[in-house]
Amino acid sequence: MPSPSDRAPSSPERMPSPPGRAPSPDRAEDGPRARGCEERGFFTLEEVLGLPGCPGIDDLRGRRLAVVECGHAIPCDPCQWACPTGAITIGDDITALPVLDPARCDGCGTCQPVCPGLAIFLVDMRRDDGRAEVWLPHEFLPVPQKGETVLVRDRAGTVVGEGEVRRVRRGARLDRTTIVHVLVPEELAMVARAIEAPR
Amino acid sequence: MRSVDVAVVGAGPAGLCAATEAARHGCEVALLDENAAAGGQLFKQIHKFFGSRAHGAGRRGIDIGAELLDEVADLGVHVCLEAPVWGLYEGKTLAVATSDRSWKLGFTAIVLATGATENGLAFPGWTLPGVMGAGCVQTMVNVHRVLPGERVLMVGSGNVGLIVAYQLLQAGAEVAAVVDVLPCVGGYPVHAAKVARAGVPILTGHTVKEVRGDGCVEEATVWALGGDGRGMPGSERAFAVDTVAIAVGLTPMTELAWLAGCAMLYVPELGGHVPLHDGRMATSVPGVFVAGDASGVEEASSAMEEGRLAGIWAAVAAGRAEEEAAAAAAEPHAAALEALRSGPYGARVQRGKEALTGGAAAAQAQILGGGGV
Repeated sequence: MPSPSDRAPSSPERMPSPPGRAPSPDRAEDGPRARGCEERGFFTLEEVLGLPGCPGIDDLRGRRLAVVECGHAIPCDPCQWACPTGAITIGDDITALPVLDPARCDGCGTCQPVCPGLAIFLVDMRRDDGRAEVWLPHEFLPVPQKGETVLVRDRAGTVVGEGEVRRVRRGARLDRTTIVHVLVPEELAMVARAIEAPR
Repeated sequence: MRSVDVAVVGAGPAGLCAATEAARHGCEVALLDENAAAGGQLFKQIHKFFGSRAHGAGRRGIDIGAELLDEVADLGVHVCLEAPVWGLYEGKTLAVATSDRSWKLGFTAIVLATGATENGLAFPGWTLPGVMGAGCVQTMVNVHRVLPGERVLMVGSGNVGLIVAYQLLQAGAEVAAVVDVLPCVGGYPVHAAKVARAGVPILTGHTVKEVRGDGCVEEATVWALGGDGRGMPGSERAFAVDTVAIAVGLTPMTELAWLAGCAMLYVPELGGHVPLHDGRMATSVPGVFVAGDASGVEEASSAMEEGRLAGIWAAVAAGRAEEEAAAAAAEPHAAALEALRSGPYGARVQRGKEALTGGAAAAQAQILGGGGV
């Protein structure tokens, strides 16, 4: 299977190659006023790959993992308590960034609905049909139906392609956040972060 | 005249928590609010709260509000709604107006949890119908289920601006853009990210140049700010919108603290004049406590913790609780407040609260009126 970084994505966000980890944002030095994300309101893919909550591209190959796109020292810690395998660590200082241990994450997705920032995504790279399954928190109407084709947006809100809804989950445990499982071209696995369902 | 041990003015997150703690510590409590329903902003907050798991993080404001209302009811707090407090007199007496009469209420201790008001922003066209506070938009959408418009420009990217922009999208409106005069997003970037990936441009370093329309908002023009802080000709972008929502900060509502003769200090980090207060939320006037945005603009999670502290120590001031038991009850709430204010996002409020303590603050504080109730 081609690795996600081998393909040129059709998106304005480029998969960096080789996938490396940028130094994680240092709270003491950068604070909340670090440039980049704060200026435009969203992370680039490259910035996301540098977050301690983001698995590396190599970690993702052939697996389903949580991608914790949390990069600011917000006082918040529910994800570390939700994780049944202890894969997410914040520690006692609740403003520390969540750190994901890809070796311990089993991709169960328990962390996803407890994140108040809707900043956790599940990325499943286990398929062999050139597609990846991305679990997206979705709090808009209409709620898409299984089998429907939806528009897929990147972090900047740009429509980057289409996806097929594989599953839609709602329920008490999700506390009114719908989780939509979307099949997208593999190169969009780390790009697709929102959907727009047909009205 | 009817009297209670503790009167709490304002039934938002801070006031509800203050009333709960005072009642739990043996006080007869009256909780007064000018609105038709208790809960303050909580019932507009349909999003999940940040914070530590130990203090309800991950839960939605509406659910926390419902739980607090149940607690207040279970504890036998007297809840008086549509009851604006219009006076605070010497001899520990409140003046309250309800639909058909005005009446007095005596108290031994009082918690002022009156919240904050939205700041305005003046620009050409700002008086046109359709220009309104983001809090007003949120009330219309989330409480009254009315969309104020179909296409909205949000001015201000603090958490209020970002959250209300997101909730407008959820309610089916279009958000043309979020603009902020600062070079960076003011609120939590995760809130900004939710709005951005829904396709809403976030224009930092921009402000409103003018709003035009024939009798109502039809178009808003924004422009980028140059290094001198002025709009740059040629950078204008016009948006066809019918609503302009203003989310440029809040100012504490402190009229009753002034009336009570509390020593007041202007602290920009806290949104304006606030009563001097200590870690017990006690003001300079014995028996008068303050909590929530009225003590410095912050957010609901910290307002609730401050409310609990104020309620506990008001029970001591009312003679219903022992100092030692109160200290033990207060400790976890003080620790939670410290955690909420840790890190760079809490630094501003932390600095503001620190400015309120110590001799220098007392020396600078303004004291008007009779100096005590």
